[in-house]
Amino acid sequence: MSELVQMTAADLAARIASGEVSSEEATRAHLDRITEVDDALNAFLATDGESSLAAARGIDARRAAGESLGELAGVPLAIKDVLVTTDMPSTSGSKILEGYRSPFDATAVARARAAGLVSIGKTNMDEFAMGSSTENSAYGPTRNPWKLDGVPGGSGGGSAVAVSAFEAPLALGSDTGGSIRQPAALTGTVGVKPTYGGVSRYGAIALASSLDQIGPCARTVLDTALLHDVIAGHDRHDSTSLDFAWPSMAQAAREGADPASLKGLRIGVVKQLMIDGVQSGVQTRFEEALALLSAQGAEIVEIDAPHFEYAVAAYYLILPAEASSNLAKYDSVRFGLRVTPQGGGTVESVMSETRAVGFGAEVKRRIILGTYALSAGYYDAYYGSAQQVRTLIQRDFAAAFEQVDVIASPTAPTTAWALGAHDGDPMRDYLNDATTIPANLAGIPGISLPIGTASEDGLPVGLQLMAPAFEDARLYRAGSAIEQLIADRDNAPFWAQAPELDAAFLATARAGKAAN
Amino acid sequence: MPETSAASTEITADTVAHLAGLARIALTPDEVESLTSDLDSILTHIAKVSEVTTPDVPATSHPIPLSNVTRPDVVSDVLTQEEALANAPEATDGMFRVSSILGEEQ
Repeated sequence: MSELVQMTAADLAARIASGEVSSEEATRAHLDRITEVDDALNAFLATDGESSLAAARGIDARRAAGESLGELAGVPLAIKDVLVTTDMPSTSGSKILEGYRSPFDATAVARARAAGLVSIGKTNMDEFAMGSSTENSAYGPTRNPWKLDGVPGGSGGGSAVAVSAFEAPLALGSDTGGSIRQPAALTGTVGVKPTYGGVSRYGAIALASSLDQIGPCARTVLDTALLHDVIAGHDRHDSTSLDFAWPSMAQAAREGADPASLKGLRIGVVKQLMIDGVQSGVQTRFEEALALLSAQGAEIVEIDAPHFEYAVAAYYLILPAEASSNLAKYDSVRFGLRVTPQGGGTVESVMSETRAVGFGAEVKRRIILGTYALSAGYYDAYYGSAQQVRTLIQRDFAAAFEQVDVIASPTAPTTAWALGAHDGDPMRDYLNDATTIPANLAGIPGISLPIGTASEDGLPVGLQLMAPAFEDARLYRAGSAIEQLIADRDNAPFWAQAPELDAAFLATARAGKAAN
Repeated sequence: MPETSAASTEITADTVAHLAGLARIALTPDEVESLTSDLDSILTHIAKVSEVTTPDVPATSHPIPLSNVTRPDVVSDVLTQEEALANAPEATDGMFRVSSILGEEQ
């Protein structure tokens, strides 16, 4: 493995800026790494080496011409396939969009390109971001580099694995109910769901519009913050985009790097987020992290949020309802797949056949559920009540943030599980999202960062921090301090403890993939 | 068993077939069967939203409300006809081509 792929984005950017390394060399090293490991991991759905290298050479030429470039200019970036891109296909993990080429870039992608980042490929995901394991991708599951035959979490398993397995230093994700934070936890990486509206959703293939948020993934808190600064900000193309003067997240991360900054921080632990079924090794690491924080002078406060226990229920009404409406656009007319029934048919039967063939089982399940929740006679009992629960959860958060600065919880109740282990039981995946969903319902920001491995299986455990809306910087400040405490404890940054993907691992993963 | 009045209507295969028609998804009989049982089980878990709500609680449709988001009424960001049709399954004479709208019996 080239040393160029083992650097943090901040280090790589500094070497590119100093001229020690070219963007072309950095990009080539990552493309080589993808060639070496990705047929086993399946984190990428599309790459285009020539186009990535051409973009990298363009950055090198601009730098050589003396142009002043952004801090991350020349650094490779993986892009979740939910974001449309002009240089590669965009499928959102679905057969119904196979081969789709967007005429424009999503705003987050356009901003990354404008900052000089080099698009290195599109990452795998659960179809239309519906799932917690990436097993619902129409293009096969992504494997967790920490666990042969283990899921990477989801829906953004591809982006999380891309950074975890050194295929890219940075990645973009989307988080509707935990799709950035939960895969970060399961792969030992960092991911942030910004405040709703903090990053434009223009060009993000919509799942549930009142919950979806685009955000950054990386191996360190600072790298995540650097990417956050690139993509954040108002966009007139997205009417839910916030016109707000965001402070620099990177500056917050740098200020927080001294654990002394934790002194006096009030950290809430919500009783209702310490849900039944939390794996013992996850619980232990979480309590250890709290003890480390207390030792630095942070104050741990128990919080009661009585309505959180209704969050999963409300979410699995609101999400399917919005999704059933958003996915109506896949009608076989303007883009995407068209399947004509045998012997022809009307546009309506073509549409029904197309959607039958083009959507996977989970997508059909959620569309049918959403159609039910919105149908006459049930609307008030289901969708209406769910939206009221949303208000109650926001009130719980508001009351909590009167007492504390941030809320902490395990990001996910368990470490990575085996591929196929949740098959046939959709509720099992749904309940697994209980810790991440409340932030989406309330629109507040959340971060997941690694705090160690679970003693029973040696797999990564994530800590989630949440802050009030608009206070994303608080997460980076505290996250950076905790990251430092963990590195001091382990005598190494967590990402450096990721397993080597040796030939035996890759061969076994390839064999398993072939058997899928 | 359903826990609340909201879930008191049993999900039958006919319900699922009707929903599939509304959602324009041609489900196979096997899919109708498995979705009937999935939907029943999922609704049992999620129907509890109506347990805690009272009429005085306002609904939240958007986590961070904004009002009157407008832009100047100026044409911008327009796709060319070629771009708009580039991903169409079928296009003719600069238009999307679709199957017949009406069936023979109509």
